[in-house]
Amino acid sequence: MRFRNLRELIEICQTESKTISQIMLEDQAEESGQPESEITAVMTEYYQIMKTAVHKGLTEDITSTSGLTGGDAKRVETYRKNAEPSAGDIACQAMAYALAVSEVNASMGRIVATPTAGSCGIIPGVFVSAQERFGWPDEHLVRGLFCAGAIGYVIANNSFISGAEGGCQAEIGSAIGMAAGAMTELRGGSPEQAVHAVGLALKNTLGLICDPVGGLVEIPCIVRNGFGAVNALAASDMALAGVKSAIPSDEVIDVMLEVGSSMPSRHRETAQGGLAQTPTGRKIMKELRARKK
Amino acid sequence: MRFKNVFSIIGPAMIGPSSSHTAGAVRIGRFARQLLGEPPEAARICFYGSFAETYAGHGTDLAVVGGILDYRTDDERIRHSLQIAEDSGIQVHFTTGTAPGIHPNTVRILLSAGERTCDVTGASIGGGTISIRQMNGFEAKCSGELPTLVIEHADRQGVLAGITALFSREDVNIGYINTDRKGRTGEALTVVEADQVIPDSLIGEISGLPHIRRVSFIHLT
Repeated sequence: MRFRNLRELIEICQTESKTISQIMLEDQAEESGQPESEITAVMTEYYQIMKTAVHKGLTEDITSTSGLTGGDAKRVETYRKNAEPSAGDIACQAMAYALAVSEVNASMGRIVATPTAGSCGIIPGVFVSAQERFGWPDEHLVRGLFCAGAIGYVIANNSFISGAEGGCQAEIGSAIGMAAGAMTELRGGSPEQAVHAVGLALKNTLGLICDPVGGLVEIPCIVRNGFGAVNALAASDMALAGVKSAIPSDEVIDVMLEVGSSMPSRHRETAQGGLAQTPTGRKIMKELRARKK
Repeated sequence: MRFKNVFSIIGPAMIGPSSSHTAGAVRIGRFARQLLGEPPEAARICFYGSFAETYAGHGTDLAVVGGILDYRTDDERIRHSLQIAEDSGIQVHFTTGTAPGIHPNTVRILLSAGERTCDVTGASIGGGTISIRQMNGFEAKCSGELPTLVIEHADRQGVLAGITALFSREDVNIGYINTDRKGRTGEALTVVEADQVIPDSLIGEISGLPHIRRVSFIHLT
């Protein structure tokens, strides 16, 4: 790839008068030796998997493999259709869709890791709800996935995207940053605005620990996907309104690395701290172990 | 750069719930299956570290067996792989173990079909990416990211030169190559990862070289 950080990415976009997604597609073709049409076909297939997962999570009775979670996406969707959500209908819809994909993931259904399976609900939640709202064709959302991929590529190579390495900020945080930046480009924002959306979003998740009960991708991962979709919309709105990330987004990514590197191991997906070690978290883990035997 | 392309960020398409506990586990199982080269009659699977702790909750057992059935990471049959294996007459046995200094997400898989057996130890290192650490008793390493040949041969002068000469003649670029041996002039195993699909003709020619015991082609699409 020709860019190592978000500043270089913006510079290339400005010099060539192209969007972030165009640069990502071109560089991927160059790097892999595959034609752009083949690369776009894979991404199009991925977007179909995301849409299918949203639909499945909203319409089927989903229970996780462990039996601990399921049904929250349907609860939120029903509530939004029958009541006036405090966060508004649009945010509530993105939240329901994100929960849906995350619940499908926990039930061993088919998803796309964006950037990980634990954070797989946020981008589909934001994208699929926005597609319904604005009537965008699939091709537009597929372009958005390349934009999200470019942002994630920079975060992954300068910080981390796994909870085991950098805590939940690295998974849910990265996914929110990717969704916020992509949504900004999808709405017609400039590359610079998209990158501000990334920094604004990441600042709100710095320090978030990875503390899954029983080590499973369920509690609190699923609800964090729901919150993540709403935060991505908020960050994108701030950026489109002209709010800038006072600390440049590349520097915020460096902070994620600093914070994650100093995070104790018990807060990095080991289930040895945080919510996993609360009295209730321990009780759930004990019950799961007993059932296994 | 640790992450080299857009599909390591958006992707893989996979069966949940965890890229390291399911997608990576499927790939290690599939690696073992392709090393065996045919459907196994029996599988012995030993989990270590975090895999040993949480394999039931994450469905890592279903994932490894799905891989042994040669399924891709996003095959929805993975959820029912244990039942499918049983219905196909494959005997599956799970254990857990401990080993010093081992990666927390490690699994060892022993497969057998008639006289033929294979033994693979692999670690799932994040995002569905795997690292094979041991094959048939040899400490040969590979990632399964590229089309791969696993070549078992006698440790004799000129064997590697013969193999690389054939790759060169067929215009297939070698990305990585590594060899491990059990002792001087004993048995050896060489792993070759290529930049493009390795044609059957090349595999046939390598199999026909002197001192070559067996060649397996592994491609985790």
